Amino acid sequence: MELLRFATAGSVDDGKSTLIGRLLYDSKAIFEDQLEAVERASLQRGEETNLALLVDGLRAEREQGITIDVAYRYFATPARTFVIADTPGHVQYTRNMVTGASTADVALILVDARKGILEQSRRHAFLASLLRVPHLVVCVNKMDLVGYDQDVFEAIKADFRAFAMRMEVTDLSFVPVSALHGDNVVHRSASMPWYEGSSLIHHLEQVHIASDRNLIDVRFPVQYVIRPRSDEYHDFRGYAGQVAGGVLRRGDEVIVLPSGWSSVVESIDTADGPIEEAFAPMSVLVRLAEDLDVSRGDMLCRPHNRPLVGQDLEAMVCWLDEKHLQPGGRYAIQHTTRSARAVIKELAYRLDINTLHRDEGATGLGLNQIGRLSLRTTVPLFYDEYRRNRATGCFILIDEATNATVAAGMLLDPAHVG
Amino acid sequence: MTELDTSPHVPVYQLSHLRALEAESIHIFREVVATFERPVLLFSGGKDSVVMLRLAEKAFWPAPLPLTVMHVDTGHNFPEVLEFRDRRVAELGVRMVVASVQASIDAGRVVDEPGRSRNRLQTTTLLDAIAEHRFDAVFGGARRDEEKARAKERVFSFRDEFGQWDPKNQRPELWNLYNGRHRPGEHIRVFPLSNWTELDIWRYIAEEGIEIPSMYYAHRRQVVRRDGMLMGLCEWVQPGEGEEAMEVTVRYRTVGDATCTAAVESAAATPEEVIAEIAATRVTERGATRADDRFSEAAMEDRKKEGYF
Repeated sequence: MELLRFATAGSVDDGKSTLIGRLLYDSKAIFEDQLEAVERASLQRGEETNLALLVDGLRAEREQGITIDVAYRYFATPARTFVIADTPGHVQYTRNMVTGASTADVALILVDARKGILEQSRRHAFLASLLRVPHLVVCVNKMDLVGYDQDVFEAIKADFRAFAMRMEVTDLSFVPVSALHGDNVVHRSASMPWYEGSSLIHHLEQVHIASDRNLIDVRFPVQYVIRPRSDEYHDFRGYAGQVAGGVLRRGDEVIVLPSGWSSVVESIDTADGPIEEAFAPMSVLVRLAEDLDVSRGDMLCRPHNRPLVGQDLEAMVCWLDEKHLQPGGRYAIQHTTRSARAVIKELAYRLDINTLHRDEGATGLGLNQIGRLSLRTTVPLFYDEYRRNRATGCFILIDEATNATVAAGMLLDPAHVG
Repeated sequence: MTELDTSPHVPVYQLSHLRALEAESIHIFREVVATFERPVLLFSGGKDSVVMLRLAEKAFWPAPLPLTVMHVDTGHNFPEVLEFRDRRVAELGVRMVVASVQASIDAGRVVDEPGRSRNRLQTTTLLDAIAEHRFDAVFGGARRDEEKARAKERVFSFRDEFGQWDPKNQRPELWNLYNGRHRPGEHIRVFPLSNWTELDIWRYIAEEGIEIPSMYYAHRRQVVRRDGMLMGLCEWVQPGEGEEAMEVTVRYRTVGDATCTAAVESAAATPEEVIAEIAATRVTERGATRADDRFSEAAMEDRKKEGYF
């Protein structure tokens, strides 16, 4: 069985919580005691059983009727297991959606059939494309309130396609649903015979995600060096890490960055025994034929397929902190297993995520704003363009005074930025 | 993790969901040990902590576990769990700290109310032990599917100098980049099993042949029915007025303090039978077996803010 991670984006009223409640309920991931609690709470509010209450977590959220933070939900069908990153749609939307989308295979965007494409639908689609979520599914919800009308669905589809053309979206699908009544969520709808596609859950079960990882460029960021120093493993020196790209095989010639020394993969080990090859996201132990000085933050790759190496970086960043970013600011940076410090050299532009307009006169970035930066790090990073490899193209910035995570960054190839 | 899933429906370079979860957990363990000074792993002998310990062992193989193990001991233990705990710790040759709630009571740090669960008292004992041993990273076996407050918690969950969790002010957690920065006196709770479900834990136990305390499987036990739950009789749980002791075939879905952990009627005697049972069950494990989570809708949220597991 495969694991599929998807992020949901939507705002307060478009029925996102109801949709997730429906997915969990109809796929039988909701337990009786949870349902009873929801029934009790609904009754107290004088409502019919409100499936949305299944996914409201914290007391403050229930009191205010909003969702504060990304919540993770789990369910399984015979075909796949699913992790949902449920991201709220209110003021903190960008920060939360970026967080949820960073690990997602699929982004699910909700559109209210009565309202059509709103500013926020554009925002959600843009963020999903910025974070390179490989698959986008647009759920046109509340079809029951527009009489299950095919024309409404087709018009929204056309609108969405029109603006998605301006973004890099590789896979886009549309499903007309009624989360409230369950149409096309788990079961095909009898009310929309004109719809020939699959139900949402069937689509999520079938969407092809195996090719989304980079299986071409071998990237192995060294995370930790394992030296048992025991009698049995006296000279054992293994490099522990999670494969970030490509397929690493025993016998492969590799080079170590930053030293540039070359060696051969003598073995790939796991606690369950040696293996012949390793690929993302496997966590393994690599031993090299030569006794080299390799430590955390180094990277193994193939001699003729090296990552970009540099201290002067170009990136898109999403700002996540109340305290604004300013050119000249200094931060800690975490990239793969490397930690360093970085100074912001220049803000090239701030992007209006509603209009995609580039404001080149901007002097800073505030909470939930997105911009393109030049930055310089204290040591070189070994990286790929984010669009080529999410794992080696992403980084976070940390405020060294507060230790807060203040930015999510996606690296660009300096040779290609205009 | 050696076997690739080569069944005809799955491409070769694809991990099964359990192996993907395993790889993620191992990555988390290595990240912490590489970047923290004094990590500790909370080990109660419960199934989740047993699986967590197994994953930690795998993460550092063939080196010995570079961690201390800690048990927060309420003093109300199931004897078979203590026996299991000690045997497992001896096998691994790790250092174990036992933080005793009884010692906290004796020292006047907390007040024991006879007849009430010591569950909530554990928080003080836990935080005192973290401070005393200056632990900077504390691995816990909590899963996000357990409870709605947990569903919002980060893998690296920052705790201030009072051990408090602030759910409204959590650090965004992106990709597999974890921000573990903290000042002296603060610490990070780390949850390597965040994305595992109860069923995943059992499937992993079955696939890996992991031993867990025998009370997780069906056995005969003297119990009383209390608030709709089956409480096993022991030193601290005796039939009250109007309650009748009876012998029933039960198993435990969770294992915690003996005064607030209930058994469920079950004939499931193997991991496979337990998996079949869970797949068919319609009640959450906490709802079925934890008196402590029934206090209020926000019971867990409140305890977590104070610094609970």
